[in-house]
Amino acid sequence: MIVHVRLFARSKDIVGADVVRVELADGACVRDLLEHLAVRYPDLRPLLKHCRLAAENEFLDDAAPLKDGTEVALLPPVSGG
Amino acid sequence: MLLISVICKGRFCTAHPDVGRPKLQSAKERLQAINPDIQIDTYETRLTSENAMAICEPYDIIIDGTDNFPTRYLVNDVCVLQKKPNVYGSIFRFDGQASVFFPPHGPCYRCLYPEPPPPGEVPSCAEGGVLGILPGLIGCIQATEAIKLILNKGSSLIGRLLLYDALEMTFQEFRVRRNPKCPICGDQPTITQLIDYEQFCGIRGEEADAPAESDGLEITVEELKRRLDRGDDLLIVDVRNPEEYDICRLANSKLIPLPQLPDRMHELDSAREMVIHCRSGMRSLKATRFPPAGGFSESQKPQRRHPRVGPAGSIRVCRPINTSLIGNRRDGQKNRLDVPPQRLNVMPKSSRVS
Repeated sequence: MIVHVRLFARSKDIVGADVVRVELADGACVRDLLEHLAVRYPDLRPLLKHCRLAAENEFLDDAAPLKDGTEVALLPPVSGG
Repeated sequence: MLLISVICKGRFCTAHPDVGRPKLQSAKERLQAINPDIQIDTYETRLTSENAMAICEPYDIIIDGTDNFPTRYLVNDVCVLQKKPNVYGSIFRFDGQASVFFPPHGPCYRCLYPEPPPPGEVPSCAEGGVLGILPGLIGCIQATEAIKLILNKGSSLIGRLLLYDALEMTFQEFRVRRNPKCPICGDQPTITQLIDYEQFCGIRGEEADAPAESDGLEITVEELKRRLDRGDDLLIVDVRNPEEYDICRLANSKLIPLPQLPDRMHELDSAREMVIHCRSGMRSLKATRFPPAGGFSESQKPQRRHPRVGPAGSIRVCRPINTSLIGNRRDGQKNRLDVPPQRLNVMPKSSRVS
Protein backbone atom coordinates (compact mmCIF):
# COMPACT_ATOMS: atom_id res chain seq x y z
CA MET A 1 0.00 0.00 0.00
CA ILE A 2 0.98 3.58 -0.51
CA VAL A 3 0.83 6.27 2.16
CA HIS A 4 1.91 9.86 1.86
CA VAL A 5 3.69 11.43 4.78
CA ARG A 6 3.35 15.18 5.12
CA LEU A 7 6.33 16.56 6.99
CA PHE A 8 6.31 19.47 9.37
CA ALA A 9 8.90 21.72 10.99
CA ARG A 10 12.29 20.08 11.56
CA SER A 11 11.41 16.85 9.77
CA LYS A 12 10.82 18.87 6.59
CA ASP A 13 14.34 20.30 6.85
CA ILE A 14 15.99 16.95 7.44
CA VAL A 15 14.24 15.18 4.59
CA GLY A 16 14.28 18.18 2.28
CA ALA A 17 10.71 17.66 1.10
CA ASP A 18 7.19 18.51 2.21
CA VAL A 19 5.66 15.16 1.37
CA VAL A 20 7.19 11.73 0.91
CA ARG A 21 5.55 8.74 -0.74
CA VAL A 22 6.05 5.49 1.13
CA GLU A 23 5.26 1.99 -0.04
CA LEU A 24 4.51 -0.44 2.77
CA ALA A 25 3.32 -4.03 3.00
CA ASP A 26 -0.42 -4.43 3.30
CA GLY A 27 -1.46 -4.47 6.93
CA ALA A 28 1.46 -2.26 8.01
CA CYS A 29 1.03 -0.13 11.10
CA VAL A 30 2.46 3.19 12.27
CA ARG A 31 5.49 1.45 13.81
CA ASP A 32 6.35 -0.03 10.38
CA LEU A 33 6.07 3.38 8.79
CA LEU A 34 8.39 4.92 11.40
CA GLU A 35 10.96 2.18 10.83
CA HIS A 36 10.73 2.68 7.08
CA LEU A 37 11.35 6.41 7.49
CA ALA A 38 14.25 5.84 9.88
CA VAL A 39 15.97 3.50 7.42
CA ARG A 40 15.31 5.76 4.45
CA TYR A 41 16.33 8.94 6.28
CA PRO A 42 18.91 8.00 8.94
CA ASP A 43 19.24 11.62 10.06
CA LEU A 44 15.57 11.58 10.95
CA ARG A 45 15.86 8.61 13.31
CA PRO A 46 16.75 10.46 16.56
CA LEU A 47 13.82 12.82 16.07
CA LEU A 48 11.28 10.20 15.01
CA LYS A 49 10.58 8.73 18.41
CA HIS A 50 9.68 12.20 19.65
CA CYS A 51 7.34 12.95 16.75
CA ARG A 52 3.62 12.36 16.68
CA LEU A 53 1.83 10.95 13.66
CA ALA A 54 -1.68 11.90 12.76
CA ALA A 55 -4.15 11.02 10.04
CA GLU A 56 -7.68 12.15 9.38
CA ASN A 57 -7.40 14.69 12.20
CA GLU A 58 -6.57 12.07 14.84
CA PHE A 59 -3.23 11.21 16.41
CA LEU A 60 -2.14 7.64 15.85
CA ASP A 61 -0.41 5.33 18.30
CA ASP A 62 2.39 3.04 17.17
CA ALA A 63 0.15 0.02 16.71
CA ALA A 64 -2.49 1.83 14.66
CA PRO A 65 -3.03 0.14 11.28
CA LEU A 66 -2.57 2.22 8.15
CA LYS A 67 -4.82 2.28 5.14
CA ASP A 68 -3.82 2.52 1.50
CA GLY A 69 -3.90 6.11 0.26
CA THR A 70 -3.80 7.68 3.72
CA GLU A 71 -2.03 10.98 4.21
CA VAL A 72 -0.14 10.89 7.47
CA ALA A 73 1.19 14.04 9.14
CA LEU A 74 4.53 13.78 10.92
CA LEU A 75 4.65 16.35 13.71
CA PRO A 76 7.91 16.95 15.54
CA PRO A 77 7.77 19.02 18.71
CA VAL A 78 8.62 22.68 18.22
CA SER A 79 9.61 25.02 21.00
CA GLY A 80 10.16 28.40 19.40
CA GLY A 81 8.36 31.41 20.71
CA MET B 1 -10.66 40.83 38.23
CA LEU B 2 -9.30 38.25 35.86
CA LEU B 3 -5.57 38.01 35.62
CA ILE B 4 -3.61 36.57 32.78
CA SER B 5 0.03 35.66 32.87
CA VAL B 6 1.89 35.89 29.59
CA ILE B 7 5.20 34.15 29.73
CA CYS B 8 7.29 35.12 26.78
CA LYS B 9 10.39 36.75 25.48
CA GLY B 10 8.65 39.89 24.32
CA ARG B 11 9.81 39.25 20.79
CA PHE B 12 6.85 40.83 19.10
CA CYS B 13 6.68 43.88 21.31
CA THR B 14 10.19 45.15 20.89
CA ALA B 15 11.45 47.34 18.13
CA HIS B 16 14.72 48.75 16.89
CA PRO B 17 14.71 51.94 19.00
CA ASP B 18 14.45 49.65 22.03
CA VAL B 19 17.75 47.94 21.42
CA GLY B 20 19.77 47.95 24.56
CA ARG B 21 16.78 48.27 26.89
CA PRO B 22 15.25 45.37 28.76
CA LYS B 23 12.70 43.80 26.41
CA LEU B 24 10.20 43.35 29.17
CA GLN B 25 10.19 47.04 29.99
CA SER B 26 9.81 48.20 26.40
CA ALA B 27 7.08 45.60 25.78
CA LYS B 28 5.18 46.83 28.81
CA GLU B 29 5.42 50.44 27.70
CA ARG B 30 4.22 49.66 24.20
CA LEU B 31 1.25 47.67 25.47
CA GLN B 32 0.44 50.29 28.05
CA ALA B 33 0.48 52.93 25.33
CA ILE B 34 -2.11 50.94 23.39
CA ASN B 35 -4.29 50.37 26.46
CA PRO B 36 -3.48 52.40 29.58
CA ASP B 37 -6.33 50.77 31.51
CA ILE B 38 -4.80 47.34 31.86
CA GLN B 39 -2.53 46.37 34.69
CA ILE B 40 0.71 44.78 33.57
CA ASP B 41 2.94 43.14 36.15
CA THR B 42 6.40 42.28 34.93
CA TYR B 43 8.80 39.76 36.37
CA GLU B 44 12.27 40.30 35.07
CA THR B 45 13.54 36.90 35.99
CA ARG B 46 14.02 33.47 34.54
CA LEU B 47 11.07 31.20 35.22
CA THR B 48 12.37 28.27 37.26
CA SER B 49 11.03 25.36 39.27
CA GLU B 50 11.73 27.44 42.36
CA ASN B 51 9.73 30.53 41.44
CA ALA B 52 7.16 29.38 38.85
CA MET B 53 4.43 28.27 41.27
CA ALA B 54 4.56 31.58 43.15
CA ILE B 55 4.73 33.73 39.99
CA CYS B 56 1.77 32.00 38.31
CA GLU B 57 -0.30 31.63 41.48
CA PRO B 58 -2.24 34.96 41.27
CA TYR B 59 -3.23 34.47 37.62
CA ASP B 60 -6.21 32.64 36.11
CA ILE B 61 -4.92 31.91 32.64
CA ILE B 62 -1.35 31.25 31.56
CA ILE B 63 -0.26 32.02 28.00
CA ASP B 64 2.90 30.21 27.02
CA GLY B 65 5.06 32.11 24.58
CA THR B 66 8.37 30.71 25.73
CA ASP B 67 11.06 29.52 23.37
CA ASN B 68 12.59 26.39 24.85
CA PHE B 69 11.55 22.93 25.92
CA PRO B 70 12.48 23.10 29.63
CA THR B 71 10.27 26.17 30.14
CA ARG B 72 7.44 24.66 28.10
CA TYR B 73 7.35 21.56 30.30
CA LEU B 74 7.68 23.75 33.37
CA VAL B 75 4.75 25.98 32.33
CA ASN B 76 2.68 22.91 31.48
CA ASP B 77 3.30 21.30 34.84
CA VAL B 78 2.57 24.51 36.74
CA CYS B 79 -0.76 24.83 34.89
CA VAL B 80 -1.70 21.20 35.58
CA LEU B 81 -0.77 21.46 39.26
CA GLN B 82 -2.61 24.79 39.65
CA LYS B 83 -5.54 23.61 37.47
CA LYS B 84 -5.22 26.54 35.08
CA PRO B 85 -5.60 26.67 31.30
CA ASN B 86 -2.33 26.80 29.40
CA VAL B 87 -2.82 28.72 26.16
CA TYR B 88 -0.05 27.24 24.11
CA GLY B 89 1.68 28.56 21.01
CA SER B 90 4.92 27.49 19.41
CA ILE B 91 6.75 28.26 16.20
CA PHE B 92 9.52 26.97 13.98
CA ARG B 93 10.65 28.68 10.78
CA PHE B 94 7.41 28.87 8.79
CA ASP B 95 5.31 26.57 10.96
CA GLY B 96 3.25 27.37 14.01
CA GLN B 97 1.18 25.40 16.51
CA ALA B 98 -1.48 26.49 18.94
CA SER B 99 -3.68 24.74 21.45
CA VAL B 100 -5.19 25.07 24.90
CA PHE B 101 -4.10 22.52 27.46
CA PHE B 102 -6.51 22.28 30.36
CA PRO B 103 -6.84 19.01 32.23
CA PRO B 104 -9.23 17.49 33.13
CA HIS B 105 -11.24 19.24 30.39
CA GLY B 106 -8.70 18.12 27.83
CA PRO B 107 -5.12 16.92 27.50
CA CYS B 108 -1.96 18.63 28.70
CA TYR B 109 1.23 19.24 26.72
CA ARG B 110 2.72 16.01 28.05
CA CYS B 111 -0.23 14.05 26.62
CA LEU B 112 0.82 15.38 23.21
CA TYR B 113 4.58 15.17 23.64
CA PRO B 114 5.44 13.01 26.66
CA GLU B 115 9.16 13.61 26.35
CA PRO B 116 11.31 16.38 24.93
CA PRO B 117 13.53 15.67 21.94
CA PRO B 118 17.24 15.25 22.58
CA PRO B 119 19.06 18.59 22.93
CA GLY B 120 20.15 19.94 19.58
CA GLU B 121 17.71 17.78 17.62
CA VAL B 122 15.17 20.59 17.25
CA PRO B 123 16.93 23.90 16.61
CA SER B 124 15.77 26.94 18.50
CA CYS B 125 14.49 29.97 16.63
CA ALA B 126 17.91 31.53 17.14
CA GLU B 127 19.50 28.63 15.27
CA GLY B 128 16.75 27.65 12.88
CA GLY B 129 15.36 31.09 12.25
CA VAL B 130 11.74 32.06 12.20
CA LEU B 131 9.47 34.08 9.97
CA GLY B 132 9.23 37.43 11.73
CA ILE B 133 5.45 37.70 11.66
CA LEU B 134 4.87 34.15 12.90
CA PRO B 135 5.10 34.94 16.64
CA GLY B 136 2.55 37.70 16.06
CA LEU B 137 0.21 35.46 14.15
CA ILE B 138 0.34 32.59 16.63
CA GLY B 139 0.25 35.12 19.48
CA CYS B 140 -3.00 36.57 18.09
CA ILE B 141 -4.49 33.06 18.05
CA GLN B 142 -3.40 32.60 21.66
CA ALA B 143 -4.93 35.95 22.63
CA THR B 144 -8.16 34.95 20.89
CA GLU B 145 -8.25 31.68 22.83
CA ALA B 146 -7.62 33.50 26.11
CA ILE B 147 -10.49 35.90 25.43
CA LYS B 148 -12.78 32.97 24.56
CA LEU B 149 -11.89 31.31 27.85
CA ILE B 150 -12.71 34.54 29.70
CA LEU B 151 -16.02 34.95 27.85
CA ASN B 152 -16.76 31.23 27.98
CA LYS B 153 -17.81 31.46 24.35
CA GLY B 154 -17.20 29.50 21.19
CA SER B 155 -15.23 26.31 20.63
CA SER B 156 -11.98 26.42 22.52
CA LEU B 157 -8.79 24.83 21.22
CA ILE B 158 -8.95 22.51 24.23
CA GLY B 159 -8.20 19.04 22.85
CA ARG B 160 -7.32 20.43 19.44
CA LEU B 161 -3.90 21.15 18.03
CA LEU B 162 -3.98 23.81 15.35
CA LEU B 163 -1.17 23.68 12.85
CA TYR B 164 -0.28 26.63 10.67
CA ASP B 165 1.95 26.34 7.63
CA ALA B 166 2.82 29.84 6.43
CA LEU B 167 4.42 28.68 3.20
CA GLU B 168 1.42 26.64 2.11
CA MET B 169 -0.90 29.07 3.92
CA THR B 170 -2.87 26.22 5.42
CA PHE B 171 -4.38 25.58 8.82
CA GLN B 172 -4.82 21.99 9.88
CA GLU B 173 -6.34 20.66 13.03
CA PHE B 174 -5.77 17.45 14.95
CA ARG B 175 -7.72 16.14 17.87
CA VAL B 176 -5.52 15.56 20.92
CA ARG B 177 -6.83 13.20 23.56
CA ARG B 178 -5.99 13.07 27.21
CA ASN B 179 -3.51 10.29 27.89
CA PRO B 180 -4.72 8.23 30.88
CA LYS B 181 -1.08 7.26 31.43
CA CYS B 182 0.18 10.86 31.37
CA PRO B 183 2.70 11.25 34.21
CA ILE B 184 1.15 14.51 35.40
CA CYS B 185 -2.51 14.65 34.34
CA GLY B 186 -3.18 10.92 33.91
CA ASP B 187 -5.20 8.66 36.16
CA GLN B 188 -2.21 7.82 38.33
CA PRO B 189 0.15 10.77 38.13
CA THR B 190 3.74 10.20 39.09
CA ILE B 191 4.68 13.87 38.94
CA THR B 192 3.05 15.72 41.82
CA GLN B 193 5.41 18.65 42.10
CA LEU B 194 7.78 20.55 39.83
CA ILE B 195 10.92 18.74 38.73
CA ASP B 196 14.30 19.77 37.36
CA TYR B 197 13.33 20.64 33.80
CA GLU B 198 16.80 21.29 32.48
CA GLN B 199 17.81 17.82 33.54
CA PHE B 200 14.56 16.41 32.12
CA CYS B 201 15.37 17.98 28.76
CA GLY B 202 19.01 16.97 28.90
CA ILE B 203 20.15 20.57 28.77
CA ARG B 204 22.42 20.34 31.72
CA GLY B 205 24.38 17.52 30.11
CA GLU B 206 24.62 19.49 26.90
CA GLU B 207 25.97 22.52 28.70
CA ALA B 208 28.47 20.39 30.56
CA ASP B 209 29.66 19.24 27.15
CA ALA B 210 30.19 22.74 25.90
CA PRO B 211 33.73 24.03 26.00
CA ALA B 212 34.29 26.37 28.86
CA GLU B 213 36.11 29.63 28.42
CA SER B 214 39.08 28.17 30.21
CA ASP B 215 39.44 25.49 27.54
CA GLY B 216 40.77 28.20 25.30
CA LEU B 217 38.26 27.08 22.67
CA GLU B 218 36.34 30.26 22.74
CA ILE B 219 37.36 33.80 22.03
CA THR B 220 35.39 36.98 22.24
CA VAL B 221 34.53 39.25 19.37
CA GLU B 222 36.85 41.87 20.79
CA GLU B 223 39.76 39.45 20.96
CA LEU B 224 39.16 38.33 17.40
CA LYS B 225 39.16 41.95 16.26
CA ARG B 226 42.40 42.61 18.14
CA ARG B 227 44.05 39.62 16.56
CA LEU B 228 42.89 40.53 13.07
CA ASP B 229 44.09 44.10 13.56
CA ARG B 230 47.42 42.72 14.71
CA GLY B 231 47.67 40.84 11.42
CA ASP B 232 47.44 37.32 12.80
CA ASP B 233 46.96 34.70 10.09
CA LEU B 234 43.56 33.28 10.93
CA LEU B 235 41.37 31.08 8.77
CA ILE B 236 37.84 32.27 9.47
CA VAL B 237 35.26 29.60 8.78
CA ASP B 238 31.64 30.64 8.67
CA VAL B 239 29.35 27.65 9.24
CA ARG B 240 26.09 29.50 8.68
CA ASN B 241 23.87 29.00 5.65
CA PRO B 242 24.59 30.68 2.29
CA GLU B 243 21.63 33.05 2.60
CA GLU B 244 22.97 34.28 5.95
CA TYR B 245 26.42 34.66 4.43
CA ASP B 246 24.91 36.73 1.62
CA ILE B 247 23.43 39.17 4.09
CA CYS B 248 26.66 39.86 5.89
CA ARG B 249 29.99 38.25 6.52
CA LEU B 250 33.38 38.73 8.04
CA ALA B 251 36.05 39.80 5.57
CA ASN B 252 37.97 36.89 4.02
CA SER B 253 35.84 34.29 5.75
CA LYS B 254 35.28 30.92 4.16
CA LEU B 255 31.71 29.69 3.98
CA ILE B 256 31.13 26.03 4.77
CA PRO B 257 27.56 25.47 5.99
CA LEU B 258 27.56 23.13 8.94
CA PRO B 259 25.70 20.29 7.16
CA GLN B 260 28.43 20.26 4.47
CA LEU B 261 31.33 20.35 6.89
CA PRO B 262 31.88 16.59 7.28
CA ASP B 263 32.31 16.26 3.50
CA ARG B 264 34.43 19.38 3.13
CA MET B 265 36.94 18.95 5.93
CA HIS B 266 39.70 18.50 3.35
CA GLU B 267 39.22 22.11 2.25
CA LEU B 268 40.44 23.31 5.61
CA ASP B 269 44.13 23.95 5.97
CA SER B 270 44.78 22.33 9.30
CA ALA B 271 48.16 24.05 9.56
CA ARG B 272 46.45 27.41 9.96
CA GLU B 273 44.78 28.57 13.08
CA MET B 274 41.06 28.57 12.62
CA VAL B 275 38.21 30.64 13.92
CA ILE B 276 34.84 29.04 13.42
CA HIS B 277 31.79 31.16 13.84
CA CYS B 278 28.09 31.10 13.19
CA ARG B 279 25.37 33.45 14.40
CA SER B 280 24.78 32.55 17.99
CA GLY B 281 27.37 29.91 18.83
CA MET B 282 25.56 26.60 18.61
CA ARG B 283 26.50 25.63 15.08
CA SER B 284 30.13 26.66 15.56
CA LEU B 285 30.21 24.56 18.72
CA LYS B 286 28.89 21.57 16.78
CA ALA B 287 31.48 22.23 14.07
CA THR B 288 34.30 21.68 16.55
CA ARG B 289 33.05 18.17 17.17
CA PHE B 290 33.84 16.86 13.73
CA PRO B 291 37.15 15.03 13.63
CA PRO B 292 39.54 16.16 10.89
CA ALA B 293 39.79 14.23 7.62
CA GLY B 294 41.65 10.99 8.14
CA GLY B 295 40.97 11.07 11.86
CA PHE B 296 43.16 12.33 14.64
CA SER B 297 46.84 11.63 14.80
CA GLU B 298 48.16 10.55 18.20
CA SER B 299 49.39 14.04 18.99
CA GLN B 300 46.10 15.60 17.90
CA LYS B 301 43.91 13.38 20.00
CA PRO B 302 41.66 15.57 22.04
CA GLN B 303 42.80 15.80 25.58
CA ARG B 304 39.35 16.68 26.71
CA ARG B 305 36.07 15.65 25.27
CA HIS B 306 36.18 18.13 22.41
CA PRO B 307 37.75 17.12 19.14
CA ARG B 308 40.14 19.70 17.86
CA VAL B 309 40.83 20.31 14.24
CA GLY B 310 44.48 20.56 13.31
CA PRO B 311 47.25 21.02 15.84
CA ALA B 312 46.08 21.01 19.40
CA GLY B 313 44.67 24.31 20.43
CA SER B 314 44.43 25.71 16.96
CA ILE B 315 40.68 25.87 16.87
CA ARG B 316 38.74 28.72 18.25
CA VAL B 317 35.04 28.87 18.62
CA CYS B 318 33.97 32.42 18.47
CA ARG B 319 30.62 32.11 20.11
CA PRO B 320 29.36 35.59 20.85
CA ILE B 321 29.74 36.92 17.33
CA ASN B 322 26.61 38.48 16.06
CA THR B 323 27.40 38.88 12.41
CA SER B 324 24.46 41.11 11.73
CA LEU B 325 26.42 43.73 13.61
CA ILE B 326 29.86 43.18 12.29
CA GLY B 327 29.50 42.06 8.71
CA ASN B 328 30.08 44.02 5.56
CA ARG B 329 26.70 45.49 5.23
CA ARG B 330 25.02 45.61 1.88
CA ASP B 331 23.51 48.98 2.56
CA GLY B 332 26.99 50.46 2.56
CA GLN B 333 26.84 51.54 6.17
CA LYS B 334 29.97 51.57 8.21
CA ASN B 335 31.21 48.22 9.40
CA ARG B 336 30.00 48.17 12.96
CA LEU B 337 32.77 46.34 14.71
CA ASP B 338 33.22 49.46 16.76
CA VAL B 339 29.85 49.04 18.40
CA PRO B 340 30.48 49.07 22.14
CA PRO B 341 30.85 45.49 23.40
CA GLN B 342 27.87 45.68 25.70
CA ARG B 343 25.69 46.25 22.65
CA LEU B 344 26.71 43.07 20.91
CA ASN B 345 24.24 40.71 22.46
CA VAL B 346 21.24 42.86 22.98
CA MET B 347 19.77 43.10 19.50
CA PRO B 348 16.20 41.82 19.48
CA LYS B 349 15.93 38.49 17.74
CA SER B 350 13.81 39.90 14.96
CA SER B 351 16.60 42.10 13.74
CA ARG B 352 19.24 39.43 13.78
CA VAL B 353 20.21 37.25 10.87
CA SER B 354 18.49 33.93 11.51
